[in-house]
Amino acid sequence: MKQSSAAGRLATVRLLAQRFAFLTLVAAAFALMMLGKADIVLVERGRALMIDAVTPLLEAAARPAATVARVTNGVHELANLRAENARLREENARLMRWQTVARRLESETEVLHQQLNVVPDPDPAFVTARVIADPGTAFGHSMLLSAGSRDGVRKGQVVLSGEALVGYIGEVGLRSSRLLLITDINARVPVVVESTRTRAVLAGDNSSRPKLNYIVGNPAIAVGDRVVTSASGAAFPPGLPVGVVVSAGDGAIRVEPFARRNQLDFVSIVDYGLGGILPSDRPPPERRRRGREE
Amino acid sequence: MKPSVWIRMDTWVRHLIPATATLFLLLLTVVPLRLPAVAEIAPMLPLMGVYYWAIYRPDLLPAWLAFTFGLLADVIAGTPLGVEALVLLLVQGTAARQRRFFLGKSFAVTWWSFGVLAAGATGLSWLLVSLLDGRAIDPAPVLVSYLMTLGCFPLLTWALARTQMALLIEA
Repeated sequence: MKQSSAAGRLATVRLLAQRFAFLTLVAAAFALMMLGKADIVLVERGRALMIDAVTPLLEAAARPAATVARVTNGVHELANLRAENARLREENARLMRWQTVARRLESETEVLHQQLNVVPDPDPAFVTARVIADPGTAFGHSMLLSAGSRDGVRKGQVVLSGEALVGYIGEVGLRSSRLLLITDINARVPVVVESTRTRAVLAGDNSSRPKLNYIVGNPAIAVGDRVVTSASGAAFPPGLPVGVVVSAGDGAIRVEPFARRNQLDFVSIVDYGLGGILPSDRPPPERRRRGREE
Repeated sequence: MKPSVWIRMDTWVRHLIPATATLFLLLLTVVPLRLPAVAEIAPMLPLMGVYYWAIYRPDLLPAWLAFTFGLLADVIAGTPLGVEALVLLLVQGTAARQRRFFLGKSFAVTWWSFGVLAAGATGLSWLLVSLLDGRAIDPAPVLVSYLMTLGCFPLLTWALARTQMALLIEA
């Protein structure tokens, strides 16, 4: 009798302890949320540490995933071979015309640069990193990259795929970093509409097509206009291709980015010497220069 | 008689399976698989893992593990720290407390209950992220993600049940 009541008491204590542990965890979750609002620097550092810790796991998982992606892409490409060929032939014809125009303009620009003694743009340093995580969450558009502060990556640096703007670096760990895509709800990029030189801010909203806000003046922006970065705010170098205007009615003007999110395997993190929001602890290591294609 | 070292190690490894399976589901949602249709929004696979094991083996996926996986998901996905941790914790707690109701019920009931619970979890995530970000997040992708999760449930439950049958049958 005595033993069973003792056992019963033990069970009650255990249940209470379990409840207490559960409530403690709930409180811990809320405390973390509050801390995230109160001490941004501390939380960012903690996040970076945790990401660094799981980076090897993510890197290991990303390789077989890349193989799977290649196979599925292969099947997809085979299925669309005919349509793709027709599209490419058409595009090729169009590009050939453009090539002629570009050659003429290039020689013209060169002559003008020589006559005006234009100082050439410096070739920025860059590193190339693999995308190791692409969390498909509905609450934000970001990716994790396999390069961090030891590779010279700093917060605010520009991330490109080919020549097109993908986003910028939002958080940096020692060997990993977070790429904030231009479609993320927190991403803001100062841009210029190429044809009219209209300045605006490209604001992401977690949809695949960010919209143009704070448009200067009252210009006629048409569907098909190209949008490039502007140097205002000294956060981005001018002239990086961003996207094309796809809807310009009475509502929001939306831009389709040139960079396709589901085709990003490797990206370049480029240091234009602009974006360093946080001071870096150590000088970045020697890197190759981003050369022009010959 | 005390079981031999090998048997104990075998049991110990088998008992890690719910945690490993849930971690695998978490990794599956974040690796860059580049499937053309599902590249942007993935179903909430870790939620299903936590729900399943909370019902069938709550001893092997306790609340603190659900919390840890949620925290990991927050860190990787870049959502405000603590949101997914709280959501997975509450899902684990609710499902584990109501598990007597689920055991022995038909699959349709389990699916339906998961739908209700996942709707609550998704709604809570949406509310918390919106509050912490200071503006309303577009609910359309959240809804798509919820529906995808609901659609994946039968397949995933089947896979998890096969795993449990094959490796955790001694219980």
